[in-house]
Amino acid sequence: MSDTITKEQIFKPENIVYKKTDLMTDNVLSYCPGCGHGTAHRILMEVIDEMGLQSKTIGIAPVGCSVLAYEFMNVDMQQAAHGRAPALATAIKRLLPDKTVFSYQGDGDLAAIGTAETIHACNRGENFTVIFVNNGIYGMTGGQMAPTTLEGMKSSTSPYGRDPQSMGHPLKMTELVAQLPGTYYVTRQAVHTPAAVRKAKKAIRKAIELQQQKVGMTFVEVVSNCNSGWKMTPVDSNKWMVENMFPFYPLGDIKVDGKLVKEV
Amino acid sequence: MGKELRLMKGNEAFAEAVIRDGADGYFGYPITPQSEVMEYLMVEKPYEKTGMVVLQAESEVAAINMLYGGAGCGKKVLTSSSSPGMSLMQEGISYLAGSELPCIIMDAMRGGPGLGTIQPGQADYFQVTKGGGHGDYRLIVLAPASVQEMYDFVEISFDLAFKYRNPVIVLTDGAIGQMMEKVYIGEQKVRLTEEEIKEKYPWATLGKTPDRERNIITSLDLDPYRHERHNIKLQKKYKEIEKNEVRYEEINCDDADYIIVAYGTSARISQKSMDIAREKGIKVGIFRPISLWPFPKKALRQLSERVKGILAVEMSAGQMVEDIRMHAVESTPVEHYGRMGGVIPTPNEIVDVIENTFVKS
Repeated sequence: MSDTITKEQIFKPENIVYKKTDLMTDNVLSYCPGCGHGTAHRILMEVIDEMGLQSKTIGIAPVGCSVLAYEFMNVDMQQAAHGRAPALATAIKRLLPDKTVFSYQGDGDLAAIGTAETIHACNRGENFTVIFVNNGIYGMTGGQMAPTTLEGMKSSTSPYGRDPQSMGHPLKMTELVAQLPGTYYVTRQAVHTPAAVRKAKKAIRKAIELQQQKVGMTFVEVVSNCNSGWKMTPVDSNKWMVENMFPFYPLGDIKVDGKLVKEV
Repeated sequence: MGKELRLMKGNEAFAEAVIRDGADGYFGYPITPQSEVMEYLMVEKPYEKTGMVVLQAESEVAAINMLYGGAGCGKKVLTSSSSPGMSLMQEGISYLAGSELPCIIMDAMRGGPGLGTIQPGQADYFQVTKGGGHGDYRLIVLAPASVQEMYDFVEISFDLAFKYRNPVIVLTDGAIGQMMEKVYIGEQKVRLTEEEIKEKYPWATLGKTPDRERNIITSLDLDPYRHERHNIKLQKKYKEIEKNEVRYEEINCDDADYIIVAYGTSARISQKSMDIAREKGIKVGIFRPISLWPFPKKALRQLSERVKGILAVEMSAGQMVEDIRMHAVESTPVEHYGRMGGVIPTPNEIVDVIENTFVKS
């Protein structure tokens, strides 16, 4: 028994190899097992924690699967009307320029109903950070077609696949906002592998750091799976995401230091 | 009342009052007939004087949600708009009411429906006093009838908004907004510091500190029983407002045989009608609701007991008249006279209606 450790030993601070950040509450996540939201929440909160910004941070939750983000993120938060998170964040940051402000939005919220708020907040160069989780579907309402749903992709409102002739084309919001002079750092990340999580966390850290310098909008897209909405197992959905989402929504930085680093 | 006297438009007086009252932020979208509010603020540059933020939003939808963000941080924020813009804001107003956030929304009503016209109207009484957005909520609605009141109602409205954590509507129109009158200007107030906001409004989202749990501003609760309790709490608050915040003015009501009930521009015009009628020997008085919600129902009922007839004068097809009929005693006839689509009634028209409806019958 000498090579096993007791519960008491595990609890000793020197034996802890990993622990949940205190900036994630103990509430049980409302997300489906296998969904990327939980990981995206965690790395965002880890960054706020590591930078010691909890007492200065105000977050905005959207309408969509992450409407209850304020139940899980242990920072002051406001819940916005559908698509309006950038309007709330604009006012908060203007009224309290030394706070760290982020909006956390899905693709329906940010790229459909909230397109105007997103574009104009980016174009004004508002000094907050947008975390844009793109899974190509409306998850909370049961898997309807989103602005970012791929061509041919099936959803409950495009049951025979998205036909761009009648349903429009998938919208690359991130490439769109990167072209606006008000954005300073625009990147697309994912959270489906440990390596991707590390990269995504680094990108979020960079965005929050840049926000402290008041250089303009920092915008981090996280391409995620929606195993429930896509009607796949978590593993299959991640595989499908790599094979289908990434070719259309390629990962990597799009704009760095206010300059495009990629053709858009 | 302040000591400094100026000649100003109603819209300008409102904007000046906003700066002087120490507001933190104005967020708006241009729309006739109140664009002078934002224009005045942009010229005056309050961000250099008091640190107040002035921002032209991309839409009324964005503007009202900017109010939500700012109000959620305990800041004194406001917007101003006109009827079509108000319709766009209804979703945001419902959220503000649901999340119990204080703010001022000035509505310079114009003739409707649709794009309607830019001339004055009073056809949005239902929208502001009965709902407009979704859900069981109430807004405090104040109706100024002079440029001085456009100034004075800013301070009163901010005080009410924060006292009850509720949006307040300043309901006016292009006539009051565009006309120039003398107005007494008050002293410049100092904006609250972040520490003062934390002290006064512990619910504000200013960053979670170790001494408290995180603050959440939301109108969502997926537990229906808990959400019903929230609704009950809101209704209790509205009852409290109905008890404490009724405002009205009575002009020559003591000896009056007939009463004109009117607010805002209609009340101003009716004063002339009252003078003309009294010259003719018809004893007319004016009952002017200042708070449209809460409606001065008790005072109106008492008054209705001792007059021979009530005429509601509104620039609408008849909206406030429903509230009057609901609260006046049944034995007293209640009639309505209204002009629509941006047409303003003349004083003589109103006198004719009183003569033909009540005196000659």
